[in-house]
Formats: sequence, structure tokens, C-alpha cells
Amino acid sequence: MSNKLHIAVARRFWCCAVRRARFVLFPTLTALLLTGCGGGLQSVLNPSGPQSEHISGLWWFMLITCTIVFVLVMILLFAAVVKGRKGFPDPIAPPEKETRESERRRGVVVAVATAITIAILFVFIVDSFFVGRGMTAELDRKQGINIEVTGHQWWWEVRYQDVDASSIFTTANEIHIPVGVPVTFSLKANDVIHSFWVPNLHGKKDLIPGKISTIWLQADKPGIYRGQCAEYCGHQHAHMALWIFAEPREQFDAWRRAQIQSAASPATASEQRGQQVFLSSACVMCHAINGTPAGSNFGPNLTHLASRKTIAAATLPNDRQHLAQWVDDSQQIKPGNRMPPNKFSPEDMQALLDYLQSLK
Amino acid sequence: MHSKKAKFVSRNGRALLMLIVVVSACKREQRQFDPPPTTTNPAIVQSELQPGGAPQPQTSTKSPVEENANALSDGKRLFSLYNCTGCHANGGGAIGPALMDETWIYGSDPASIHSTIVEGRPNGMPSFRGKISDYQVWELSAYVRSLSGQLRKDVAPGRSDDMNVHRSEQRVERKTPQQSTIPKAAEQP
Amino acid sequence: MTEITGTAGVPPASRNASTEVTAKPSNSAFHEVGRDGRDPSEDEREIKELERVWACPPGIYGWFTDTDHKAIALRYVVTAFVFFLFGGIEALLMRIQLARPESHFLSPDLYNQVFTVHGTTMMFLFAVPIMTAVGIYLVPLMVGTRDVAFPRLNNYGYFVYLIGGILLYVSFFLNTGPDAGWFAYVPLSGPGYSPGKRVDIWAQMISFTEISALSGAVVVIGTVFKMRAPGMSLHRLPLFVWAQLVTSFMIIFAMPAVMLASSLLASDRLIDTHFFNPAEGGDAILYQHMFWFFGHPEVYIIFIPALGFVSSIVITFSRRRIFGYTAMVLSLIATAFLGFGLWVHHMFATPLPQLGQSFFTAASMMIAIPSGVQIFCWIATMWGAKLNIKTPLLFVLGFVAIFVLGGLTGVMLASVPLDLQIHDTFFVVAHLHYVLIGGAVFPLFGAFYFWFPKWTGRMLSERLGKWNFWLMFIGFNLVFFPMHQLGLKGMPRRVYTYLPETGWASLNLLASLGALVLGIGVLIFIVNFFWARRFGAVAGPNPWGADTLEWSLTSPPPAYNFQRIPVVEGRNALWDQSTEAPVVVGLSSTKRETLVSSVVDAVPELRYELPGPSIWPLLLALATAETFIVGIFTPWAFLVGAVLTFAVFVGWFFGNPNYENVDAKQPPDETNFASEDLRAEEA
Repeated sequence: MSNKLHIAVARRFWCCAVRRARFVLFPTLTALLLTGCGGGLQSVLNPSGPQSEHISGLWWFMLITCTIVFVLVMILLFAAVVKGRKGFPDPIAPPEKETRESERRRGVVVAVATAITIAILFVFIVDSFFVGRGMTAELDRKQGINIEVTGHQWWWEVRYQDVDASSIFTTANEIHIPVGVPVTFSLKANDVIHSFWVPNLHGKKDLIPGKISTIWLQADKPGIYRGQCAEYCGHQHAHMALWIFAEPREQFDAWRRAQIQSAASPATASEQRGQQVFLSSACVMCHAINGTPAGSNFGPNLTHLASRKTIAAATLPNDRQHLAQWVDDSQQIKPGNRMPPNKFSPEDMQALLDYLQSLK
Repeated sequence: MHSKKAKFVSRNGRALLMLIVVVSACKREQRQFDPPPTTTNPAIVQSELQPGGAPQPQTSTKSPVEENANALSDGKRLFSLYNCTGCHANGGGAIGPALMDETWIYGSDPASIHSTIVEGRPNGMPSFRGKISDYQVWELSAYVRSLSGQLRKDVAPGRSDDMNVHRSEQRVERKTPQQSTIPKAAEQP
Repeated sequence: MTEITGTAGVPPASRNASTEVTAKPSNSAFHEVGRDGRDPSEDEREIKELERVWACPPGIYGWFTDTDHKAIALRYVVTAFVFFLFGGIEALLMRIQLARPESHFLSPDLYNQVFTVHGTTMMFLFAVPIMTAVGIYLVPLMVGTRDVAFPRLNNYGYFVYLIGGILLYVSFFLNTGPDAGWFAYVPLSGPGYSPGKRVDIWAQMISFTEISALSGAVVVIGTVFKMRAPGMSLHRLPLFVWAQLVTSFMIIFAMPAVMLASSLLASDRLIDTHFFNPAEGGDAILYQHMFWFFGHPEVYIIFIPALGFVSSIVITFSRRRIFGYTAMVLSLIATAFLGFGLWVHHMFATPLPQLGQSFFTAASMMIAIPSGVQIFCWIATMWGAKLNIKTPLLFVLGFVAIFVLGGLTGVMLASVPLDLQIHDTFFVVAHLHYVLIGGAVFPLFGAFYFWFPKWTGRMLSERLGKWNFWLMFIGFNLVFFPMHQLGLKGMPRRVYTYLPETGWASLNLLASLGALVLGIGVLIFIVNFFWARRFGAVAGPNPWGADTLEWSLTSPPPAYNFQRIPVVEGRNALWDQSTEAPVVVGLSSTKRETLVSSVVDAVPELRYELPGPSIWPLLLALATAETFIVGIFTPWAFLVGAVLTFAVFVGWFFGNPNYENVDAKQPPDETNFASEDLRAEEA
């Protein structure tokens, strides 16, 4: 029997199957198309840096090859089934004897298929090895910047390293990087294992207590990229996100200069009262605001809180209403997080919010 | 068919037995995310000096967390986080008194420890009123009690992921609390 | 003395055995037909004897003490299936929670417990035990012996497993369910971040199920190596039995690693050791190495028995000898070896040197070769054959489709750079369900449809079976196919919810709807099960015209399996049987006696008396349970447990001095042999 016939038969069968399965497939495909194109702030398929480009190339290569393999195997299977589905002999009758010719023919086909499998796998191994080499290859890190990221349950501490100690500063959950510059991350963890992952820029790297791992990445175009903890780390693993802001160099430098400064001193009476509230309540036990006596590093550093777009590890937008909710009872928003509820009188709360929002 | 019935019976029987063994687990394993808010609204205290010297009324006297392993584990974390270790070291005592021995100056019951943390004590123990939420104070006081083995072993914390200087609290033998006299210096105003 | 007739396929060595090999006219239901030249009433008497000797003691006591491998295996299957349903309900709960963003259906604490218990249940309480269970039922029947090699150990294994499963679920319902994920990485599962007893219960439950799996493995290996019927040399072993054998060896090498990991974890948590505490010189990654050194072979431990099911079903329903028997066997063995060399591909995101990782990439990709060979061989077997497209074969075809896709995504995950992107995302969730549900659950359901007549004597409904298959197949793809894309769109696994702006909502909703369809599919199976128990067509000994020895017996088989152990004359035992159909006679019918044969050629060596029902396995299981469960609360439990265990062992080993293992070359002891008329007849 010729191959052509097999394929024709398979196709006929396939058409029937499609007709039957259309009512199932249609919503699936629609859903895939609708969601496949939009978004992309946190997507492997929307690479924005050299590493993710490399990986994405590997992905498409593997996807296409594997799809072809899958389709071929399915055609073989369908053909076998379609050929043999009629005229099953009486179960009591003894099975037919194999002819030597049929054994040999099938043997050749199986051997060829296995050989093709091995060849494909070999290509995959070589390709992925070279992609891996390309990604970890030494780069000129002198021109780049170094950022130390520490994973906490359930937020990211971000520390910008510098040779000049007075230029080192700490922020949280939002990382600004200059465009087109390699950024080296030193990843640490103080409690449990987390994993640093910004899919648009690079694959993930685990943050493991007692070890320092490094990863470097680079953003080729300005933009905002969302990342998320990728290793299960407890109750709020789902809400442990971060943003990377890739900006032109000047913008980044301006941001950096602003971040190095101590906190703005409270200007209005309300802000002053807010600072008093901060310093004499539970806030001061965990949070630091540079330039004030508050210096605890258990929670995120709040020196420039108002300059961030989000709070609560990129979970809530940083506006007055959400901030108030968060301070009042964060357990409603992220159950199990480490911040206790704070019951302030309304005046104290307003003053505190005024103060926090003044921390540009 | 008898085998089926037997299976049913054996399952139920064993489940019942297990129920009795671990029924105490429920409280121990609770993850309390939304601690009951403090009943009073503690005013922001801007000075340690209290006019009139009248201490504010205590919010409650019964510890809500003594039998909860999660709260104790939190208490253990807070103990170093809030720098209790600065004076009490890891329970062995330094500037402040040891917490893992049988000697208690201001009482070993949870309410007394709670009040020691909230009110402060003469001779150096500062008041943490308003600085630590009531629930966390209970967590801390429960942890302090576990340091000398006052709590059930299945609730007390295990070792931490640090350098460990003493046995974990779940392996500490219980020391019968003894009231110590208040040191001379503490009687002075 | 020795009389052999019709021994076309018997290796010469077995001719020396005094256990006679003699002809019998029919190949079906050995004990229904009188032996050549013998009075049928003699046969009847012998059957009565056998029934009396192999009977299970009555009542609850009998349930606890029975050693019949078939009864124990069915208990295993039912128990594991109940756990499968529990795990499925947990899966549905998770899908409800994830159906829309920021859902409050489950709290994070409960969600974490649910996904941990789901994973633990499916891996440890469902997949491994049920695969072993099917093996324990069928291996002795397929190799032609009367019971497994260590019947009491087998019973012990079941009770330990049952106690472990109950421990997990009682704890779960008491809010003490483990919540650190099914691989419970330290430090999250360590004493500092998992207070209470949740993870201790997980760790001890692991020990229970591992002990049970090890018992099962030893039992299977012993049975396959030493208890095969004469003539069933290794190269005539059915592929099903090969698969079980290979799996059992994998269990023996893999399980100790996880027992070590979970025991070290428990001792870190309970008695202040520092194996995984970096501050004291421990290492958190050490745990991952130990876990995955078990964890990856575990996947193959689940998957290889399924390959055995598939081979059996393909052979029967295409009514053809398997193509490339040798290649299939070598593939199984190669899979087992390679399976131990690729655990690091679960850890590519940890700071390990790149060259080392490349080695594991190569190994992980290589394992696709033996899997590919087997797929090709099955297709080659079906190619040109007339197929009997019944539900078991449908499940096998579904298996091939799903498993090939899962295998291909597995190849992608083996590549270090690509793995860095899709590791620990929903892509992995999709992949692992494709290989585990596709690779193990679909063949398992096929196996249910295939062997249900043998187990119960009735046929499952074909009509419901087709519904069952299509709903499961469509539902499965609806749940898990979109997850590939969710992973690529950045959704990490084990999140209890997600923000609406991530754009993951519609695919998640689709997956949740698919879960419903899949659930209905499983429900139909349950309906089919109860329907068939009552109304199913009566099966007869061999409804499918299959080739292995279990189909020569009544359905369900008698307690003693074979009145006469058959002599195997070819790879497909029933198909290759000569018209004389030689059998072994001379085994005692007044003792639980069976034949021990040589490892390679299955030459009869001994008549061996198997131990019968006993209460000691249950007592030993209880002593084990005391040790592990009370050990969570006080280390003294281990001392008490050691004393108890020792006491039980003393009872167990002194309790039964009734072994008389007689060389097969010696004639049976006349005084102790009720059917001595057999001898007389020959004289």
C-alpha cells in the first residue's frame, strides 16, 4: 500500500474527527487567539532582551520540530487504526502467522524512525548547549550595573551596589534599569527559596538561603516588565511580584540620584504628625526611612515610597486609598503576610498617609 | 462480602482512634491571618513619661496563642526581629535577665509577661506599648514561656535556620517557675 | 518416574524434574476438565482439597490475615482508587479557585494544603500503589504460580500503605494537612517556616508508602525470578511482567533516597539536626538532590507498569505478536537506567555549574529514545493488523496521542535555557499531567476495562466505556492544553490566585471547564463499575482472546490460581500452546505448595510451601505505625517501636515451623500427600 493512500485515508478520518470535535475545538481556539496576542508584560513569547531572544529562538525551533514529529506520529497511528479497524477475526481463532517480509519492512521503518529521533535529539542538545553558552558568556560587566536582590516572604529587597558607599541605596519590589546596559543581579534569600523571574528579559534563577546566585540580563527597549516569584515560598507566593522599569540612561540616572537622597522632611503640620505616628507606632519596628530614626530592615525600605508605582510587592497600585487599606488591615488583601493590622484613629491615619505620600 | 464490611469497620475504627489522638491538632495548626483587633485603640504615645503614673488598662488577660504552633513560630521570629536578643541574648540573658531558667521576677504566666512587654519594667525593660500589636505581644510572651519549657512540646518551635546556641524550644525540659525577689534597684522610683 | 508427554516447548533442563509434566486436552479452565486418563471425580476431590487449603479464614479476622495476592491486590486497587477520587476532588477545588482572578473560594492556607495533598495523594497514594497492585494481582497469574513469593510481606505492605493514607487524610481533615508542596523543599518545609506537625505528617506518610512500595517490589521480584512456570524462560516473559520487574528494581533503588530525605527532614524538624541548615554547615540543595534522585525515577516507576498494560492491550486487540520484543525489553531496561541519570533537570534554576547541567540535558533527552522505540513498536504491531477497537484499545490510542505530546514537551524541558523560562510554570504543570495522566492514567483505565472481567467475572459496558473515554480525552485536553500557554504567558505554578491584569483569566476558565468534563468522565467510570458488578455480561475465562496465562483460568480465578501449573511453550503462552497442553502434576493439594524454578530458564527446582494467613503482618504494620506516628510527638516512640517490632518478628518467625521445602527431584511425601493416588496411578 502506498504512502499516499495512507495519508489520504488519514485525512478523511481527520475531517470526520474535526467535524465531530468542532464544537469543542472552536471555543478552545478562540480563547487561544484572544489571549495569545494581547498583554505580554510577563510573557516568554514577547522577548525584550538578548537572553530572552535567544531562548525564544530555541523555543520556536523546538516547537516547530516537535509539532512536525507529533503530527507525523499521529498520522502513522491514525493510518494504522483506520487500516485495521474493520474485520477483526473471531477471538477464538489462532492469530495469523507473521511473514518474514512484513517483519523486515516494519523493522526498517522502526529503525529509520528511531534514527530520526536520535538525530533530532542530537540537534536539540547541540542547539540548547550553544544557546546556553551564549547566555552565560562573559560580558563586559564593568559598564553594567550590579544589583543585589534579596527574597523575603513575600517581597523583594533591592539594593543598588556601588563602589562609592554613599551611593548605595535600598528599595523594594521595583527595579529601574538603564536600557541597553547589562545588569548583573546577585540573588540571595534570608528565609526560604524564592525564584527571580522576569520572562520578557530572561529565564529564572533561584534565590537559595546560604548561597549567592547571579544572573545577568539586559533590556533592549524601554518598557515595563513584570516578574514574579517562581518557586513556591508560602502563603503569599501568588502575590510576590516585581516590576522592572527599563529607562533611557538619563532618566535612570535621575531616578538613581533621587533614590540616594534621604527622605524628604515633613513639610506640613499634618505630615509632621504623620511622621510622629510612624515613629511611635508599630511601623517603626519593621520599616526604615533613611534620615529618620526608623532603621529596621524587616519590611521594605520606605524612604522613597511615594516614588513607587505599586505597593505590597506589585500587588496594589500606590494610591492613597489602597495605601490606607493596606496599612489598616493588610491581612484582608494578602492573608498571611508579615504585616500586622494597624488600628489608628482616623486623624492619625490621615496624617500618616500624608506623610507616606510625601516620601517622593 | 465480609471483607468489605471488615474494611469499613477497620477504617472507621482506626479513624476514630486517630481522631482522639490528633483532635488537639486543630488549635495547634490554625494559621491565624486576621488576628482579633485590639479592643481599645491605643493612643499614640509620644513620650515614655506617663502623667499620673496610671497604667492603661490591659486589653485582655488570656493568651489567645499559647496552643498555636504558628503563633509561637512567629513569636520566635519576632523575638530576634524586635531585638529582644539585644538584652536577653538568645534567652540566656545578658544585660537583661535570662529567660530560659526557672527564675521569674515579674511572673511567669502569659498575662504577666504580656504586661511586662507592654508596660515595661524598672531597671531597663522598655515599654512597647503601641509599638507592637497586641497579638504579636501575645505571640512573644508565649514564645518566652516556651524558652523554659512551659508549653506543650508539640506546639513549641523547632530549631531555626541560624547558628543554634541552645536546644530548640520543643526539646527543652520544663523548669518549674520560681518567683524571685525583685532586685533592690527596681524598688527605687 | 518422570513422564513427559507433549513437551514441545519445554527446555531440556526441566525434563529432569520429577514434578511431572503431562498432557491435558484443553487450554481453558484447567480445573474444570478432568486430566487425561483420570477419573473426573478425582479432580473434583483435589479441587475441594485445594479450596479448603487455600481458603481465607472467615470473618473480619480473615480480612486482616488473608494472604491471597488477588484479594490483597484488589484491596490495593480499591483503596488507591478511592484516594484517586479524593485527589480528583482536590483538583476540582483548585480549578474552581483558579477559574477567575482574585477568587476567595479557598484561603491561601487551605489552597496550599489542597495542592500539597493533591500532589502527595496522586503520586504516593494513587499512582505507585495502584500500578504495583495491578502487578500483584496479575504477575503470579501470568507467570503461572499459586501465590506471590512472600504472601505475608505482601499483606504487611498493604496495611502499612492503608495506615499511611489514612494518616494523611485524617490529618488533612483536622487542618493538619501538609502545605509545603508535594516535594516539600527546605527551608520552607523546615522547622523555621512550617511550624506545627503538618510537614512531619507528610514526611512520615512518605515513609509508610515507601515501605509499602518496597515490600511490593520485593514480592514482585521474588515472584518473577523464582516462581515462573516451567518453560517460561526470561525471553518468554510477557512484557507486562518485564515492566513490573523493571519497576520493582527501580523502586528498590529510588525509594531509599526519598526515605532518607524525608527522615532527615523529620529529624531536622524534631530533634534539632542540621542537615539542611546552611548556617550550621547544612545545605538546602542537598534535599533537592535527594528528593529528585527519587523523584524523577518515580515518574518512570509510575509510567513503566503502564507500558506493560499498553503492550498487553495492543497484543490482544490487534491479535498479533508484539513487534520487536527484544527492543521493547531493552527499552524498558534502558528507561530504568537512564531514569536515574536526569534528576538535576528539576534543578536547572539553582546555581549549579553549566557543564554539569549539560550532562543532565543530554541524559534527559536520551530517555526519549527508548520511549520512542516503544511507541514505534506498538504502531508497527498494529500496522496491518485487524484491530478490535474496544474501550481498552481506545484508551491506549488516547495514551499514545497524549503521551507523545507530553514526551515532546519533556524534551523541551530538558534543554537548560528553555527550562529556565518554563520551569515551575503552568507549562510544567501541563507537561507533567500529560505524561502522568496520559502516560499512566489512560493505560490504567484501559487496564481496568481489559482486566475487569478477570477480576470480577463480568464485563464493563462498552457503551459507557466509549463515553468514559471520550469525555476523559476531551476533558483532559481542555484542562491541560491551555496550561502550556499559561506557562508561556508567565503564570507560575502553585499560585493560589492571580491578578486580573495578568490576562490569564480566560485560559484558566477554559481549563476549569475542562476539569468538569474530565470529572464527569471519571464519574461515568464509577457508574459503569457499579452497573457492571450487577448487570454486566458474564465474562467467561477469556472474553478478549488474550494470550497470557491468567486468561486460562475462570473469572475470577480460584484462590489457588492453578490446579495444575501449566508448562509454557512460547512467548504468547495461550496462543503458542500445543494441543497436548502439558501441565505440572505432583504438587501437594493438602499444603499451600507451589513450584520454585530457576531464574533464567525457569527449570523446576523445589516444591515450596507458601505461608498461609497470619495476624502477624497486621501486628507488624501496627508496630510500624506506632513508631512513625507517635514518633512525630516523642522520640521515645522509636524505642517502643523497636521493642514492639522485635516482639512481632519473634512471633512471626517462630509462629510457623511448617516449612518443608522439598527438592523437586524427590517424590512427594506419600504420607503427607492426600492425592497419593496420583503416584499409584503412574505405578
